[in-house]
Amino acid sequence: MSNFSEFTLTKIVAGIKKKEFTSVEVTNSFIQKSKNSKKLNTYITECFEQAIKSAKNFDEKKDFNGLLSGVPLAVKDLFCTKNVKTTAGSKILHNFIPTYESTVTKNLWSQGAFLLGKLNCDEFAMGSSNETSFFGNVKNPYGEKLVPGGSSGGSASALAAGLTPATIGTDTGGSIRQPASFTGTVGLKPTYGRCSRWGIVAFASSLDQAGPMTNTVEDCALLLQAMSGYDSKDSTSIDKKVGNYSSDLTEKVKGLKIGIPKEYRVENMPKEIDDLWKKGINFLKDAGALVKDISLPHTTYALPAYYIVAPAEASSNLARYDGVKYGHRAKGKNLIEMYENTRSEGFGDEVKRRILIGTYVLSSGYYDAYYLKAQKVRQLIKSDFDKAFGNVDAILTPSTPSSAFKIGEKSDDPVSMYLNDIFTVPVNLSGLPAISVPTGYDKNNLPLGLQLIGKAFDEQTILNLSYAIQKRANFINNFKIWWN
Amino acid sequence: MSEVKFDFFISGEKNKWEVIIGLEVHAQILSKSKLFSSSPTKFGAEPNTQVSLVDSAFPGMLPVINQFCIEQSVKTGLGLKAKINLNSVFDRKNYFYADLPQGYQISQYKNPIVGEGEVILDMPYGTKRVGIERLHLEQDAGKSIHDMDPENSFVDLNRSGVALMEIVSKPDLRSPEEVNSYIKKLRSIMRYLGTCDGNMQEGSLRADVNVSVRKVGDKKLGTRCEIKNVNSIKFMQMAIEYEAKRQVNLLESGKIIDQETRLFDTKKNSTRSMRSKEDAHDYRYFPDPDLLPLQLDKDLVEKIKKELPELPDQKKERFIKDHNLSSYEANILVSEKEISEYYEEVIKECDKKLATNWITVELFAVLNKKNLTILQSPISAKNLSSLIKMITSGKISGKIAKDVFEKMQLGDKDPKEIVEKEGLLQQSDPKELEKIILAVISKNQDKVEQYKSGKVKLFGYFVGEVMKVSKGKANPQLVNEILKKKLL
Amino acid sequence: MSIDKDTVKHISKLARISLEDKNVESLAKDLTSILKFIEKLNNLNTDKTTPLTSIINASLKPRKDEVKDGKIRDQILKNSPEKNDEFFVVPKVIE
Repeated sequence: MSNFSEFTLTKIVAGIKKKEFTSVEVTNSFIQKSKNSKKLNTYITECFEQAIKSAKNFDEKKDFNGLLSGVPLAVKDLFCTKNVKTTAGSKILHNFIPTYESTVTKNLWSQGAFLLGKLNCDEFAMGSSNETSFFGNVKNPYGEKLVPGGSSGGSASALAAGLTPATIGTDTGGSIRQPASFTGTVGLKPTYGRCSRWGIVAFASSLDQAGPMTNTVEDCALLLQAMSGYDSKDSTSIDKKVGNYSSDLTEKVKGLKIGIPKEYRVENMPKEIDDLWKKGINFLKDAGALVKDISLPHTTYALPAYYIVAPAEASSNLARYDGVKYGHRAKGKNLIEMYENTRSEGFGDEVKRRILIGTYVLSSGYYDAYYLKAQKVRQLIKSDFDKAFGNVDAILTPSTPSSAFKIGEKSDDPVSMYLNDIFTVPVNLSGLPAISVPTGYDKNNLPLGLQLIGKAFDEQTILNLSYAIQKRANFINNFKIWWN
Repeated sequence: MSEVKFDFFISGEKNKWEVIIGLEVHAQILSKSKLFSSSPTKFGAEPNTQVSLVDSAFPGMLPVINQFCIEQSVKTGLGLKAKINLNSVFDRKNYFYADLPQGYQISQYKNPIVGEGEVILDMPYGTKRVGIERLHLEQDAGKSIHDMDPENSFVDLNRSGVALMEIVSKPDLRSPEEVNSYIKKLRSIMRYLGTCDGNMQEGSLRADVNVSVRKVGDKKLGTRCEIKNVNSIKFMQMAIEYEAKRQVNLLESGKIIDQETRLFDTKKNSTRSMRSKEDAHDYRYFPDPDLLPLQLDKDLVEKIKKELPELPDQKKERFIKDHNLSSYEANILVSEKEISEYYEEVIKECDKKLATNWITVELFAVLNKKNLTILQSPISAKNLSSLIKMITSGKISGKIAKDVFEKMQLGDKDPKEIVEKEGLLQQSDPKELEKIILAVISKNQDKVEQYKSGKVKLFGYFVGEVMKVSKGKANPQLVNEILKKKLL
Repeated sequence: MSIDKDTVKHISKLARISLEDKNVESLAKDLTSILKFIEKLNNLNTDKTTPLTSIINASLKPRKDEVKDGKIRDQILKNSPEKNDEFFVVPKVIE
């Protein structure tokens, strides 16, 4: 049996379509690998039996029309999956079984893929290290003591360790791109409105967006194409034709103008991050792109604005978890006590902190000073990008200010944890697409990624540029398997 | 009419107080499906059967707005002569309650779909204009049932997400009577428009009442209390009277009014504080990030404007002008769309003035007595019309008509059939009448003498006698004419 | 600005999260440090800036008024921790 874990998604789909191997063979291989990798703690729910059934069913039907024919996929446990437990990494949903399927996963299944399992994540996607999950922290294949990033940490780790051919995550402030950078994988946050939010457990509605997480840029283009599309059930979904990202993928980026924003050269940035950035600039120059310095003057205000907007929306989005309709319920003498006990027992510390901050910034007398102010700043950040994109086709920055940090290193200081999202958050505030592509290593041999930010709905350009970087960086994940 | 003066004041021990009232009316839009989901809105269904995953706030569920509800609120706004805001925003109003599954209500806060307008009331002391502050769209909540179990409440989400228009008046109302008149007018306008059925019993029209008091002559408004969800006009009026007196008593004894929400207890006929201070609500409004701003197409607004039906105020003006009705009569006839339609059906072929009288006096008496609406009237507009025609054409007298009318109620009978069957046609043959008159004269020679010697009042006696003999069928005009000649 | 213990208690009441006394102090500390961080925005003058209302430059897309949902009571009640055949059941509500 081949080691399908070393195959790209693209190769697996092609192999199945050419009948070089069967869906059952592929699925068994990933199940075996997953079973041997419990130490990574990537799965919250395993759907292995059902996956085998689906694979057999696929092999019998032999319908090879889908973009993802016969492929088992494990997904972040934030996507509601019909009849399969969906927890959002929280105790408050520990027993919730949706009767419906999210639009994005439904899109994947209609392209021939099927569910392998539900992957660990920070509770309600609030976190940058996967340490806030009720189901325990996920470990990074690069080291037992290292976080995989977050919030899509289970997805990143499972992908890097070869437990799923590809996966999908959600990105509210960097939750796809940061873990991708920490695990040497590719992660893309699409334009806001490109993928439907219907059926995804909401964190911050104006920022949340689902996206692909893959081993290669080709895979990323393929998966993005499969999951995207307009959905009339989501009022913020945009009715715009989905590109043929996969077949249009090209490394020919000659003449494209790439902006390098000086504000991303932050204080105390490790030299190796700066070196990586230069390396990326050189790769793109080598590919014929034109590099120019630009300014995004309000960058420094993005993170504070984000930590107003996201908690404010979250405080409201999470009000529905009250022990009445689904999920955990605590005892209480009366209704109010039941609510308070349920939410106190059901939510973890970070989620509570964010609900409380969000409640505070929206509360009477503070709305203008915080929420309204943040929305004004958001306007300024967006217009920074609008101006910049008048002159350039894409923007290149580092994905993260550091490589993967140690478990527990930042968990006592919420603000130092938040600073991890410094390069990723402005993109969410502006609704733009961005991708993290693995480009090199730091001195400890930990992977580092670069981020390419594109114009709204121009995912193709950043995919092409990433493709050009990928060809030149020749990045290969080089961790040793320690978890068997 | 103008000698009637407004006189609703509360007389305290020290001062005379004026009552200031503002209303927040919640009107359910007559839509098939809910404001943000495709589940049905029908009243009285089995519990939790009209509920979608959106209405019950399952994780990942998102709202999608109902076009019809947008149009109905624009229509209602136009009916209130209000400004339509081409740009409006949906906000979340955050609070926890068992029947509020999302933990927030989608409403409109700073930018409602409809701005300022007005409602005109006809009060005995003249025309009163009540300002409308705004109209906004919002979702209704579900229902908690407290009396089915000693320890638990049961939650039914059938109403959760039903589209409501909240119509907020300015604090322009000054008495329970004005409140009564305002609600009826608002209800009537919406029923003319077809945007809300105004059924208070089924909860499709509810109101929160804001009450404050101030000394007569003061300009500044006092602190107000909000009385929640009073579900009939009568209770609303009782609640206002109670609440105004409570506030006056507090103020006159040197205390202050806490701005708070109060509940009207229909059994005790009093209001009581609803939410403790410690639990003071802070709704934390912010724009709903699941929805985009609503931009209305100018052409759509124009189209709705053009298609607006004739509304009670316009109809009233037309009735006065074209049908020569008094303002009082016109008011009654336009007060409900169905009454005006009945009236217009009746007058298609008969005298307008007579029709007005017959409808507002005779027919309404019957409806009141039997507790029926005009739609349930035992006498159809067509039959009432032919009855009136028989009067004006002299086929029957007004008196006979009343008898016929009595018989018509028993089963919407055709008045012509009744008249024919019972031989009630008016006697208008002069020769026949002369016979009767001569007989009466010869029978009452003494009275004739008295009459001729100056006791002219006796003329009525002779008419009466003739009518008696003719069993009321004699044409009174002819009887008069002939009698006069014969008595010369 | 800083968030004191009373404020923590007040907002946790608003957010319907009960807190143990021993956690209030550390939360006050955490929330204050977050607040200090976000107050960096005060360094920026935004008097002339209009706030962003939506990241998407489009109008709300309405749906038709059609009944296509409902009659799924089993599904609606299925996950409820306490229910009977027809209703969600909650501890008695006192108004």
